[in-house]
Amino acid sequence: MTDVDGAAQRRSAVRVVPPARPRKLAKVPFVELADGRLQGVVSSGSDIERVYVSSVTSGTHAYHCSTNNNRPCGGLRGTPCKHLHALADEAVLQYGVDRVVRYLRVEADDEVQTGAQLMSRLDARHEPTSAAVVFSRFLRHLAYLELPGGTTPTPELHWFPATGAGR
Amino acid sequence: MLGTHLTALHDGDPAGLADALDVAAGFDDALTRGLARVGETDAAALAALAGAVAATPLADRVAEAVGKVTAGSVAEEHLAVLAGARTALFGAAHDALLARLDAALGRERRPWTPATATGPTEVTADPAGARAWLHELAVTGWRGVDHELLAAADAPIESALATLGTRRLAVLLDGLAAELRACVPVATMPQVPSRRWADLWSRGMLLAQAGPVTPGAVEPVSGRLLPLAVDVHEHDTAVQVQLHAVLEPTDGSPARLVRTAVSAAKVDTISGPALWQLLHAHPVLLTALAERRAVTVDDLPLHGADLLWHDDAVRPGEPADPFATARVLLPAAVASAAPPLDRHPAVLAEPVLLEGYTVHDTDGGLELELDGQRIAVAVDRLPSCGPVTPELVAGSSACLGLARWDAGRWLVQPVAVRSTVKRKVVEVHNGDWACGVTDPKVAKAEARSGDVVAVLRERAGRLLRR
Ligand SMILES: [Zn+2]
Repeated sequence: MTDVDGAAQRRSAVRVVPPARPRKLAKVPFVELADGRLQGVVSSGSDIERVYVSSVTSGTHAYHCSTNNNRPCGGLRGTPCKHLHALADEAVLQYGVDRVVRYLRVEADDEVQTGAQLMSRLDARHEPTSAAVVFSRFLRHLAYLELPGGTTPTPELHWFPATGAGR
Repeated sequence: MLGTHLTALHDGDPAGLADALDVAAGFDDALTRGLARVGETDAAALAALAGAVAATPLADRVAEAVGKVTAGSVAEEHLAVLAGARTALFGAAHDALLARLDAALGRERRPWTPATATGPTEVTADPAGARAWLHELAVTGWRGVDHELLAAADAPIESALATLGTRRLAVLLDGLAAELRACVPVATMPQVPSRRWADLWSRGMLLAQAGPVTPGAVEPVSGRLLPLAVDVHEHDTAVQVQLHAVLEPTDGSPARLVRTAVSAAKVDTISGPALWQLLHAHPVLLTALAERRAVTVDDLPLHGADLLWHDDAVRPGEPADPFATARVLLPAAVASAAPPLDRHPAVLAEPVLLEGYTVHDTDGGLELELDGQRIAVAVDRLPSCGPVTPELVAGSSACLGLARWDAGRWLVQPVAVRSTVKRKVVEVHNGDWACGVTDPKVAKAEARSGDVVAVLRERAGRLLRR
C-alpha cells in the first residue's frame, strides 16, 4: 500500500499514501479508515436532512449503523444494512480493495474485488457504538471547506507533491 | 540547460554532503526506534549529531540535549534543540547543493536579508499541544505509533488550524498525521520512510516553538510578471499552487526570478482538476495560467523570492509564452535566497529549460540525455489537476522543469513540455486547466464523479450550522 522501499528510506518527497481515487459523493459523502474502523456517513435516500453513521471495526468486524442522533438503523436485522454495504462499496472505490482489506484485517484472497465481496468475508456481528465520534469527525471534515485560503507560502508543502497525472 | 551544465551539476558530491547525511540518517534511525530508551547505536548517533555542530553556535545546547536524552531525560526543550541541529545539517546541505546548481547555471542569487526596522512583534497562540504531541511521537518512535497516539493529534491540529499564525504548522501536522494513520500499525511496515518523517517532525518542532522568528526584508515591487512554471502541492487537507515567474520591474532594475503561492484547505475526496475550483478567490492568477498571459503587478510585497499575491493589485496582460520567457529572460534573472529556517534540499525547486535531449525509458524511470549527460525525471511529481502526463514527457522535445534534489540525486520535475502528438507539435503546461479542463476526454471522466465540491458544500451548509 505504500511506495516505501529501500531507497525511499532516504527520500524526503516520497508519496507514502496514494491519493484518494475519484468517486461520486452524493450517496456516501464521507468514508475514512481511522480509529481502528472503516467508518463513514451515508446520506438518507428519503430525507435530505437525515444521515446514517456506519462503521466496521478492524479485527473484530463488529458493525453498527444508526442515525447521527443515535437512533438504530431499521435495516439492521441480524445482517449489515444497505448503508454498510454502500460504505464498503465506496471505501473500495476510494482506497482500493487492498488497503481496506489490510486495515480491517480481513482474510481475503484475490477474488475479493468489490465492497459486497468484502462484506461477505467479514466474520461480522452487530455491536452498538456511539455515532457521535464519527459524526463529529465528519463535521470537522466539512469544516475544512470553510477555512479561508491563503497567499502566504507554505514551504512544508514541497514535501507533498501533487501526483497522479493521467490517472 | 545544456549538457555542460549537467556535467558541472554531477561533478561529484559537494564536500561534506555525504557525511552530513550519514549523521542525519543515524538520528533518523533513533527516531524510528523512539527515544524512550536510547541504546548504544542510537547514543552513538546522537553523539555524532552533537559532533557535527560542535563548531557552530549550537554546540553547547546540542551537547547538553544529547547528554540528557541519552541519559533518559527527554524533555521538550531538548527535542527542540535536536530538531534544530538536524535542521542545521539539512540547511547546510541545501546551501551546498544550491551553490552547485547556481554555479552550473551561472545563476546570480541575492542573499537573504533580515528586516531592518522590526515592527511590533506578532503575538500568536503558543502551540503547546502540538509540541507535546511531537514530544510523544519522538519518545514512542515511528515503530510504536498506534491509533491512540494519532487520535491525540486531532486537538492540537484543530487549534493550530484555527489560528492564523500557526497555519503552516497545522498543514504540516495534518499531512504527517494522515500519513501515519494510513501506515498503522507502523511496526509491520517493512521499511519506514525515516528521512521524510524525521524531516516533517523536525520542521514541526521548530514551527511549534513560541518565540518570534526574525522576519526577512520586504520590498514593494511593480512591473510585468512573466509566468514560467506551475508547481502543485497537495495532501488530504491542503492544496498549494506555486507559480515561478520572471518579474521585470517598472523601475528598470534587473529582472528577478520570483514565485507566488496561493493555497486552500480541502478534503481528501477533492482532487484532480476540481482542485482549481478551490482557488477561485484568485481569478486573475487562474486566467493568466489558463490563457498563458503575463500579469501586471502594482505594489506587491516581495519577501526575498516570494511575491505575496493579491488579486486586487494585479491585472492580466498580453499573451506570454513561458518557453520564450525561459529562453530569453530566465538566464539573466536574479534569484533570491530562501529564509534560513526554510532551507532543506526538499524545497529546492529551480526553474530550468531543457531542449534537444533524447528520452530514455529505464528501469528506474524516465531520463533525459543531453550531450551524453543524463538527468532523471521526477515522473511522480506530475499533478492530476494538469495535462502533463508521463507519456507526453516521454515523447517530448523540450521541457520546462524544476531542478530538484532527493535521495542523493538531481532530478527534473517537468511542468511544461513540447511534444509531438499525431504529427502535430503541442505545448502543454501544468496550469492549462486552471479555468476548466480543456481536454474533452478528461472532462467527460471528471463529469462521471459529479461536482464533488458542490456536494460537500451542500452537506456543510445543511449539517454544520444546526
Ligand atoms: Zn443502516
